[in-house]
Amino acid sequence: MSQSLAQKIISRAAGRPEVAVGEIVVARVDLAMMHDSGGPRRVWPRLKELGARIWDPERVVLVSDHFVPAVDAESAEILALTRRFAAEFGIRRFHDMQGICHVVLQEYGHLRPGMFAVGGDSHSPSGGAVGAFMIGIGATDMLAVLITGETWLRVPETWQVLLDAPLPQGVCAKDVMLKLLADLGMANEYVVFEYQGPGVAAMPMEERFVLCNMSAELGGKTGIVPPDETTLAALAANGVEVDAAWLSLRSDPEAVSRQIVVQAGALAPLVAKPHSPAQAEPVERCAGERIDQAYIGACTGAKLSDLRMAAAVLRGRRVAPGTRLLVAPASQRTWQAAAADGTLRILSEAGAILLPSGCGACAGLGAGLLAAGETCIASTARNFKGRMGSPEASVFLGSPYTVAASAIAGRIADPREFL
Amino acid sequence: MRIVGRAFVFGDFIDTDVLAPGPYLRKPLPELAAHCLEALDPGFARAVRPGDVVVGGIGFGIGSSREQAVQALLHLGVGCVLARGFARIFFRNAINLGLPVLCCPDIEVQAGSELDILPAEGRVLDRSSGRVFQAQALPPRLMEILAAGGLVPWLQARRSEPRAPARNG
Repeated sequence: MSQSLAQKIISRAAGRPEVAVGEIVVARVDLAMMHDSGGPRRVWPRLKELGARIWDPERVVLVSDHFVPAVDAESAEILALTRRFAAEFGIRRFHDMQGICHVVLQEYGHLRPGMFAVGGDSHSPSGGAVGAFMIGIGATDMLAVLITGETWLRVPETWQVLLDAPLPQGVCAKDVMLKLLADLGMANEYVVFEYQGPGVAAMPMEERFVLCNMSAELGGKTGIVPPDETTLAALAANGVEVDAAWLSLRSDPEAVSRQIVVQAGALAPLVAKPHSPAQAEPVERCAGERIDQAYIGACTGAKLSDLRMAAAVLRGRRVAPGTRLLVAPASQRTWQAAAADGTLRILSEAGAILLPSGCGACAGLGAGLLAAGETCIASTARNFKGRMGSPEASVFLGSPYTVAASAIAGRIADPREFL
Repeated sequence: MRIVGRAFVFGDFIDTDVLAPGPYLRKPLPELAAHCLEALDPGFARAVRPGDVVVGGIGFGIGSSREQAVQALLHLGVGCVLARGFARIFFRNAINLGLPVLCCPDIEVQAGSELDILPAEGRVLDRSSGRVFQAQALPPRLMEILAAGGLVPWLQARRSEPRAPARNG
């Protein structure tokens, strides 16, 4: 039977020669990632109730990224509890305030191609950027993983998304995902989105990350990019001992149930209107909409490549009066790299306000929340009602290019006019 | 298991941010639950009574993996969520925490209708209109987990019966 890349990974993890789409199988977990919000504070009491220990602390990665830095006694206690949990259970791969979990996971080389991984966060599909199969789960499912080292899942079908050409200037992976959301909607359940083609081959890892990351918004089980030389080079740079056999991790062509071609060479910037990522339209249809805030943040939109896109637009320009530009780099390493190459200086000189690394305003937690009646354009993944502060606020989504261009104009603007 | 309650009707893609708004995630559950669905229906938390049913369209529970989206509904006494389709993480979280969730592609009821639901059979009777809808019945394993009150109590019960396998399959 022909197998997709996802099926091959699941088969291996399930200890089976092959698995069929639609069947429910039990798979052994290679890596489990959790964070301060959905992790220790929720699983520890139940581990105690059950008198259970963690099956293999070496396979667990713990990241504090949601309530960082603490803004009140409650969030401080959540972070303190997370630290106590790491010590109690001997979790050595604990990243305390070093950045957003999905980004940190790759920066520190924890993920490998072909892994079967779970994450206690809905954007766990981001792990597909390195060719791992990684799915998001809730805290009780995570509890079961922590105790047994296993989870059950329904074997998903695979849809191949083919980017037929490299993207034009001023257009990026975020625009690809907004286009897919506009076309396919958000109810594509039990589907793995596999991204391929010349447009993907030309993308750096951080852009591939965005494709996989926003597969969550499509409603898919996860996203994945079959590993290539770019993958191996990035893994090696992050300290992973690479294995050339990873290059053969591919879907059998007959195992792909649908192919979606994105005419990438002709793609233009898109913006999602409030209150859904699927309300995406070409930027010109929203152009002129006045904004109070421009936000560059989150795993989706504040990695080094995202900050560089913003800097390309902002270089030598100023944020419009009456508009604020907030930038929360995705990780400490992002900060360091963006400081070293001058990106942070460009942002700062343009008038950007720099915020701590973490999930921040994207998750409605940190600095940068909105008042009733305010309008924001953000490089984040979601703009559901009330997510970023008041339910009476309006959030548009765009690429880092588009957010930066809009900050300069004080209204939603096409970034290609600034490049 | 039988659930009888009034219908609170919402649209497609009821997301986890309206179910469990981020700004209240670090607060105790009763405080968080008071804001459940308020962005769409400010009176919901006060109006809903034990056993009432939340009805949605496609993609119910899309968004975050946060279990508080389920816990807020449970705290308010919601007896069942009936939707045309569910986001996968929400669906699993609901079963794991003991909230009956039924996928009912044809569901069409008025707000306030009295619903009579048998999850094991997937039968939904709208007593107000007399119409009957067929939902996807929940398989015996999931009914067992729901009857126990969720995965943790189910696992605990299994552990106290040494011959039964305690595996989350």
